[in-house]
Amino acid sequence: MQVHFRVNGSAVEVQTEARTTLADCLRHELGLTGTHVGCEHGVCGACTVIVDGAAVRSCLMLAVQATGTNVVTVEGLSPPEGLSPLQAAFRQHHALQCGFCTPGMLTTAHALLATEPDASEARIRDVLSGNLCRCTGYIPIVQAVLSARDALFKANAVASDTPTATTSPAA
Amino acid sequence: MHHSHPHPTDGAQIGQPVERVEDLRLLRGEGSYLDDLSRPGMLHACVVRSPLAHGLITAIDLTDARSVPGVHAIFTADDIGVPVPVIPMRLDVLEALHAFEQPVIAQDRVRYVGEPVALVVADSQAIAEDAADRVRLDITPLPVVTEPSPSGAGLVPASLLFEGTASNNPLTLSAVKGDAAAAFATAPYSRSERMAVQRHAAMPLEARGLLAFWSGTECGERLTMLGACKVPHANRRVLATQLGIDPSAIDLEEGDVGGGFGARGEFYPEDFLIPFAARALGRPVKWVEDRREHLLATNHARDARCELEVACTLDGRILALRGTAHTNLGAYIRTNGVTPSRNIAQVGVGPYRIEHVQIDVAVHLSNKTPVGTYRGPGRFETDFFRERLFDLVADDLGLDRVEFRRRNLVQPADMPWALPAVMPWGGDSECDSGNYASTLERALMEFDWAGKSALNGRQIEGRWHGIALGCYLEGGASGPREGARLALEPDGRVAVYTGSSSIGQGLETVFTQIAADAMGVPLAAIAGIHHGSTRFVKEGFGAYSSRSTVMGGSAIVGTATKLKDKIRDAAAGLLGCTPDEVTLLGTGAEDTRGQSVTLAQIAALGPIEAEGSFSSNRRTYSYGAHACHVAVDPGTGAVEVIDYVAVEDVGRIINPLTLHGQATGAIVQGLGGAFMEHLVHDDEGQLLTASLADYLLPSANDFPSIRVFALEEHPSPNNPLGAKGAGEGGIIPVGGVIANAVAAALRPLGVQITELPLSPSHLWTLIASAGAVARE
Repeated sequence: MQVHFRVNGSAVEVQTEARTTLADCLRHELGLTGTHVGCEHGVCGACTVIVDGAAVRSCLMLAVQATGTNVVTVEGLSPPEGLSPLQAAFRQHHALQCGFCTPGMLTTAHALLATEPDASEARIRDVLSGNLCRCTGYIPIVQAVLSARDALFKANAVASDTPTATTSPAA
Repeated sequence: MHHSHPHPTDGAQIGQPVERVEDLRLLRGEGSYLDDLSRPGMLHACVVRSPLAHGLITAIDLTDARSVPGVHAIFTADDIGVPVPVIPMRLDVLEALHAFEQPVIAQDRVRYVGEPVALVVADSQAIAEDAADRVRLDITPLPVVTEPSPSGAGLVPASLLFEGTASNNPLTLSAVKGDAAAAFATAPYSRSERMAVQRHAAMPLEARGLLAFWSGTECGERLTMLGACKVPHANRRVLATQLGIDPSAIDLEEGDVGGGFGARGEFYPEDFLIPFAARALGRPVKWVEDRREHLLATNHARDARCELEVACTLDGRILALRGTAHTNLGAYIRTNGVTPSRNIAQVGVGPYRIEHVQIDVAVHLSNKTPVGTYRGPGRFETDFFRERLFDLVADDLGLDRVEFRRRNLVQPADMPWALPAVMPWGGDSECDSGNYASTLERALMEFDWAGKSALNGRQIEGRWHGIALGCYLEGGASGPREGARLALEPDGRVAVYTGSSSIGQGLETVFTQIAADAMGVPLAAIAGIHHGSTRFVKEGFGAYSSRSTVMGGSAIVGTATKLKDKIRDAAAGLLGCTPDEVTLLGTGAEDTRGQSVTLAQIAALGPIEAEGSFSSNRRTYSYGAHACHVAVDPGTGAVEVIDYVAVEDVGRIINPLTLHGQATGAIVQGLGGAFMEHLVHDDEGQLLTASLADYLLPSANDFPSIRVFALEEHPSPNNPLGAKGAGEGGIIPVGGVIANAVAAALRPLGVQITELPLSPSHLWTLIASAGAVARE
């Protein structure tokens, strides 16, 4: 089947089987291997991508269901060089070890902070509880998201005083 | 943080919380895990696994499966050749156990659900899976054994997993020191208890995977296999024997690895089947395990029962420790299948000064997935047994639980302190250095034991509160050697090649720090840490038993000295002086007249490199104390961990950031094992928890209150870094500490805790039945 959608800002056209998941399509048809597959049954969250602004498990969504949507993966959250503020906070707080769950953590946290820039620690924990990490014990991940939240909140408060204000949390 | 003595490897980088060099690629989604890789012409494999736990294979009908378009081949034992190769033990090898090693594919009998029976290779993963569904297996069921039967009761000849054997208990091993029987005979007090730790598993977030391809060269065929990790050199030797080729014709290569924790990287059946298929088909073949397969096929762990008995004086001095444990190893003895049982026996004593010890561990085969090591193998189990028993003893004798432990810890003057020898292997291991009481006192202080004691056993707003403390030892740095090669790159930077492996623990960063200090250069002058491939060093041993930082790091230190000598020689040539007139200064060299050259100028002379290794069979022993405070809801059995404090002394801290990460992550894994993780089988040996919706792992809102304090007061005398293994300590005491805190909370209700996991249903049942007893 022919499927059209946007990935990380670019229009893509993919020839794929109806049964192909969005995760497999992104990884194996489009070469976006930053999205990881840890369980294929919607529990671990490693495959989380952002579809039209919402964090979605790409292993539970068929590629054909992405037709007409705007998909953002971890590659799309990364600046051309270096790290985004959220990514830098992960590094600073040692919020990753093996790195396998990390793309899903980043997309989940990004989608949260984009819609709830003032999310509380409890809210952040609750939202991240849908993503499994076997290495870190989660504490540094929560610290990283809290620190990114505060930095972005401050940056946005400054930016909102200027005419070119942006509300994107991970510009 | 500081250490007490100036150290030969003191430098600018060791001890700093350096941000990880691995993180840039991993955070940008540019990691390179096995399933991210492909090769031109690559085919995909799917393993057909036994649906029954025990049975005789009477027929395998491949007709229907072969008819699926896109299928290239289906291999069974017949294609591989009888007898099919078996996977040899790697650690704690015993001649008597060879008969129980696993064949790479089931021949005429299956012994656990998930055992490989056939391998389908097709154009795509989906087609391979479609065809695998159409393989028809005709298996005649045999009686299924799921639990050890120490007395042999209930066993019929057909329940024996291996024909020609007398029982499913092929070995009983023993840890022995002094004369426990004599000490018990005259002891004024003794107390025993039966306890159990459930089967659970390492569960790395990335499942296993392999990609094998062969190439012809003028010297013959050559195999490259990606997806290796942990012990590539050992696995290469096994594979070479099985394939009948020279080890030098095989390259095993490691990419980014999504967690190991002991289970990943050992030699499994697929490590033979995938390169075998690639050779037979002349095409690259990739196999990636799915999560259900992982739960069935990758090593399980723990699953031990123990009756442990301690003898002591009435004022709480321990005289002797003895016990009998039964471990359920599953259907085969895998590469390190006996290691956890061995540790249950040897480390039963923990950090305590116990002169007389006899702990027997009977290992049992069953129709379950085979077990192997999982972080703190045997140590998690045996610490639960011992620490739980100690709280019961202190309670019996009316002694303070902390004082009971304090009174019995090994003292600095006792060092080195010998652990019991484990028979039939023999051989000693000694605790190398430390002040165990110091971590205990620090834990009490950080935890505010005195303040929180007022809450112990009290019901507050409906919930019962309890506190507990436990002490532990972490064995690390297992021998015999590790290799390293350091090369001066054309740009004057130093590339490091190591026999150690990275399984996600931050090895590249820690080794960059060690190499920078050993060379006396800044971090940026280290051109990369190349790990986990058989191509990099002549001999490598890998990442297990908390050995990489100590063994691999020490190999880098020694090899850097060799490289610096060679650089000095070369610089002397350029400067026109003798080598001892040359001083290496950061990224350059200077002679006594003040003339200097850069490392890049020296590198321009031609390749300069040094290879070396670090040898030691003397292990390091990190140690520490954990304390926790829990609240138990008697209406639901749910437990909240209100505070958890860990204090460990690791000898020398290379990177406090990654060390802290190891400790916190390991504690949360331990909390998973203490509260929720459980591989449950029914009586037919079917795994009832074969998804992550059924096998529960801790999540972000389960255990938010953990505090870790790392010390480096007592460097190890056994290596130039003074470091001790530190990857496993965090998990070791968790089961015992949690069980004791919950028991302390529920003591007023008469609840006795002897088995993990302390799931809500388990605890609720204990609370309800204690209530029923109380009402009678």
